[in-house]
Amino acid sequence: MNQMKPGSRVDRRRFLTLAGLAGACAAVGVQPAAAEATPDPDIVNLPPWTQALGAGVNNHPYGVPSPFEKDVVRREVTWLTASSESSVSFTPLYALDGIITPNGLCFVRHHGGEAEIDPTRHRFMIHGLVDKPLVFTMEDIKRMPGRTNRVYFLECAANSGMEWRGAQLNGCQYTHGMIHNVVYTGVPLRAFLEAAGVKPKGKWVLAEGADASAMTRSIPLEKAMDDCLVAWAMNGEALRPEQGYPLRLVVPGWEGNMWIKWLRRIEVGDQPWGQREETSKYTDLLADGRSRRFTFIMDAKSVVTSPSPQAPLHARGPNVISGVAWSGRGTVTRVDVTLDGGKNWTTARIEGPALPRSMTRFYLDVDWNGEELLLQSRAMDDTGYVQPTKAELRAVRGVNSIYHNNGIQTWLVRSNGEAENVEVS
Amino acid sequence: MSRSARSFAVAGAVLLAFTGLASADAVKLGRPALPEEIKAWDIDVRPDGLGLPEGQGSVSQGEELFQNNCAACHGEFGEGVGRWPVLAGGQGTLTSERPEKTIGSFWPDTSTVFDYVHRAMPFGAAQTLQPDEVYAIVAYLLYLNDVVPDDYVLTKENFPTVALPNRPNFYDDDRETTEKAFWKATPCMKDCKPKVEITSHAAVLDVTPDAGKEGDKPAGAVE
Repeated sequence: MNQMKPGSRVDRRRFLTLAGLAGACAAVGVQPAAAEATPDPDIVNLPPWTQALGAGVNNHPYGVPSPFEKDVVRREVTWLTASSESSVSFTPLYALDGIITPNGLCFVRHHGGEAEIDPTRHRFMIHGLVDKPLVFTMEDIKRMPGRTNRVYFLECAANSGMEWRGAQLNGCQYTHGMIHNVVYTGVPLRAFLEAAGVKPKGKWVLAEGADASAMTRSIPLEKAMDDCLVAWAMNGEALRPEQGYPLRLVVPGWEGNMWIKWLRRIEVGDQPWGQREETSKYTDLLADGRSRRFTFIMDAKSVVTSPSPQAPLHARGPNVISGVAWSGRGTVTRVDVTLDGGKNWTTARIEGPALPRSMTRFYLDVDWNGEELLLQSRAMDDTGYVQPTKAELRAVRGVNSIYHNNGIQTWLVRSNGEAENVEVS
Repeated sequence: MSRSARSFAVAGAVLLAFTGLASADAVKLGRPALPEEIKAWDIDVRPDGLGLPEGQGSVSQGEELFQNNCAACHGEFGEGVGRWPVLAGGQGTLTSERPEKTIGSFWPDTSTVFDYVHRAMPFGAAQTLQPDEVYAIVAYLLYLNDVVPDDYVLTKENFPTVALPNRPNFYDDDRETTEKAFWKATPCMKDCKPKVEITSHAAVLDVTPDAGKEGDKPAGAVE
């Protein structure tokens, strides 16, 4: 009998009833009655932090997390790539909440290492099919009219790319951690293009970085004139060096590789440039041997971040299932969660801002009786797109495409609370 | 009008003389880019050959340059060392269990080889090769992939005529038509399938970092 009772609107009375039911059959996590208990030493004994003075206000001129959070860090998978300069580290999604990724935990993908650029020596050039080729300094850019703040997710197209052939990595940090979500401050790219004057023949732009890979991507002019930003700040402070300090391109909803870091150049042209990152990479090889190109948009996707392999359940009884959802096509309108591998679904509670092309947080408050769970989440966006199962994706694409794996993730949560990455029929 | 109000009004008028609202269509920021500056940065090469510099290089010149500058990572014949990219071979593998995506088997455009070697290679010494050297290395890579004969000399003039075999097998994003079924009006909520079985376990491979064990190198990679 399944006594797992999910509810997005559990009122207090119903919740207590369910807790009572769970308590009747659960040994773990039930608190002893007050009469039998011994006093908690953390209450009755004077702790050092209450007795002695702590550190002064400027102990850390730039603040750092508590030492008790030392394990909440980016991690890499060393066997993935040949060198650390052309590699990736992953966001610890399992330990985060809300929708904003802290700057120091945003995943990092480099192709030629982290460029260290003196902002006074950085230049931004617009040229090609324009009336007036222009050069801007960082000071010029920060004086531009039309400054905006926008929250967007940035997801690498290869996020979940290791999972095409089956469950492989144990932890949402590794399966889904090539994503972050921050608020950017910048100026629309359109302002620079209009200042230079795009000629009627202009249809594409090439964006280029100043790093040792001189990263380049072709972007349709329509997108460049729509919502792309030239950004210099994230979460209220200057971009981190690993995120492209002093300047990066923001390409909302589109694959992360296009968000050129250390942005130094925009060229306007009449056709795409066929660069390495849009031909030999970031094209999607399908089962018939043909490949899709220009698959820029990141489709709707979600993942349960807790519980997950790195964030097991610790007790029966009340628990919060937490996760994130996003869509490059628009706004996440609904997330459904299943506890039984997709037989039955319950709509989760979207909590906090649900912004277009931003991560969205969802919760499902449950009362866990220790039964094994097959936990999944399914995102929907305002275009009506529903996150597909991995089987549905493979039926269309095969298993060799590497990129754009937005299939539904399954965690097997065992009765001891540990979780494992699995796939289900 | 009080004395202070009058002086404020005067100050306001003075301010207006040099302060207005800036708009994007009247930006006075930035300066003209000089032709020399554009030339220094505009090194991109398109599939139609636009952007190619003057120059030429032969397969044999390329072989020597490749052994000295590239083979440590890519192997003598472009076969790849360790997890460094494989550049040659792989023809006929794109529908197999382990596709080998090389210049000859996968890349659509010769221009990409030139552009990328010129802008980002050798790894750690980017943009140090002269145009003639890049032409020679590209010629050698085309030879390794059976695209040109061993006496070939690649030049700016003959470049756009060299086609790569996989070119016709790329097509534009068609998800909105081929994956139209993913736009579902009402996804199933109750009794969606009769039974559920686990078909795959990550623990079987055991390749997760921090797991404390060194497993086999699994399939797939970040590219």
